[in-house]
Amino acid sequence: MSKKVMVNPRNAYGEALIELGNKYNNLVVLDADLSKSTKTIMFAKKYPDRFFEMGIAEANMITTAAGLASCGKLPFVSTFAVFATGRVYDQIRMDIAYSNANVKIFATHGGISVGKDGVSHQMIEDIALMRVLPNMTVLAPSDAIQTGKIVHLMAEEHGPMYARVGRADAPLIYGKKDVEEMKIGKGMVVEDGSDISFISCGTMVEPALEARKTLAKQGINARVVDMHTIKPIDENLILKCVKDTNGIITAEEHSIIGGLGAAVAEILAEKNFSTKFLRMGIKDTFCESGTPSDLLEKYQLNEKHMVKNAKNILKN
Amino acid sequence: MTGYDAKDIIKLNLKAVKIRKHIIEMLYRAKSGHPGGSLSAVDALVALYFFHMKLNPKKPHDPNRDRFILSKGHAAPALYAVLAERGYFPVEELKKLRMINCMLQGHPVCTYIPGVEASTGSLGHGLSFANGVALAGKLDKKNYNVYAMLGDGETGEGQVWEAAAVAAHYKLDNLTAMIDRNFLQIDGYTEDVLKLESVRDRWSSFGWNTIEIDGHDIEKIINALKEANTHERQPTMIILNTTKGKGVSFMENNVDFHGVPPNEIERNIAIEELTHAEKRLEATL
Repeated sequence: MSKKVMVNPRNAYGEALIELGNKYNNLVVLDADLSKSTKTIMFAKKYPDRFFEMGIAEANMITTAAGLASCGKLPFVSTFAVFATGRVYDQIRMDIAYSNANVKIFATHGGISVGKDGVSHQMIEDIALMRVLPNMTVLAPSDAIQTGKIVHLMAEEHGPMYARVGRADAPLIYGKKDVEEMKIGKGMVVEDGSDISFISCGTMVEPALEARKTLAKQGINARVVDMHTIKPIDENLILKCVKDTNGIITAEEHSIIGGLGAAVAEILAEKNFSTKFLRMGIKDTFCESGTPSDLLEKYQLNEKHMVKNAKNILKN
Repeated sequence: MTGYDAKDIIKLNLKAVKIRKHIIEMLYRAKSGHPGGSLSAVDALVALYFFHMKLNPKKPHDPNRDRFILSKGHAAPALYAVLAERGYFPVEELKKLRMINCMLQGHPVCTYIPGVEASTGSLGHGLSFANGVALAGKLDKKNYNVYAMLGDGETGEGQVWEAAAVAAHYKLDNLTAMIDRNFLQIDGYTEDVLKLESVRDRWSSFGWNTIEIDGHDIEKIINALKEANTHERQPTMIILNTTKGKGVSFMENNVDFHGVPPNEIERNIAIEELTHAEKRLEATL
């Protein structure tokens, strides 16, 4: 097996901001004392006038971004996913979502693979929180290339948007050409298959690809879908998976309640499409400190558990 | 506008009475809403919209306009009445406050009410929003000013103090905030609910220029706004000492009228009192 190229999606965000800063002179960036971690510092160095350090005061940061947007600015707001959503929910609800402000919240450190910092820093409810807000688009890109593209798309399209990436380096899945045609709201079939569909987002796309390889050796042909947009969800692609394959497994570094799995389940139930279905995610529990790989093993969110789950639901 | 004479001030006071009458009628029709904090905020709003601010109701999105953000969103009736009287939308709309399929929501909405800059009603947001507007103004080297009005009880919200720190840090001298210091909030006297004094010292210690005036004296409000505009390298907080329910005798300093509308008898008495005030003012013209 060829060695994987690891690139941090956070760096891709920082680089995309620099490119976009040149393209859009109304683009501004706000951060809450985490610019070194979120990589907005890259923008801050290049465009110091358009970077606003807001200190450890996230609520003010979110509403200030809405004020900037009301004057025609294109604000990207960054901090860790816990502080970018739950901590500032009312601010996002009133000043961004309800006000339909053109503010882009780009959160890093989503999910449990944040690791040793523990529960206070492991955000597993953000997708659910953002998904219930009217007007809000919810995004979770999987690798650095897709992250760069998504940041560009966020700048191009008007309206409130939330995107989250993890903390860790991630193996490259795509080349630049693969994401050229990518659109918000349209999931991508990364690898096709006919027996079962993995519908993943963010950090769970790559393990699904690994699981696909293992399953292939055992005669199971899995499709891997990268559902980078959780809202609006790509209904057609979900229905295609129901028709083309014998079951669906969703996977996300997020609670099984309210996230990607829930979004897919809602479509399946309402469209009356019957299929074997399983949500992989955090099973309504808080996690703990540990290395990312130990956590993903204990909470059953890795390639090994994907293989096991795929075999189980096809068997039953 | 810069200069004014005694007659101008009387006319502004007459406008304030008219706004108060609108507020009473609106709340009576809506059978809900917040009279106390709407009435206490009127004089500052009149000073801003009918004298001080650079604005054009025909061009509500003019990038060079001054902005006003009503952080105490429950005073929406006062803001709506001022916007309607100023020509942002027909005065007729005021009759439909809080009614289904109508424009004027219980609390301000910026997406479809002309002249409303920020969607408020959840307390503690407005100053942060004003910071964003002020930062954009600095970045674009525009010479507009941004104004925000907060309730005194509202400053219990932690976000207000985040915003206070940031405004001072960025030296936002294009920002003027006001506190409607009426000493009452839903559960009672502010100093009993959650002590706020010394309000002025708090804002000074956060690095703000502070001015304290009678919040019902329109001439003093105008002069304070001018002073705030010329003050450099600091945001200004104008503490408006006000009376909750101002202008209607039985509503004044009566916490029961924080969020309860007048019934028919109360409305009739209120309108009668305000009409008397109007006639007294007209007689001095």
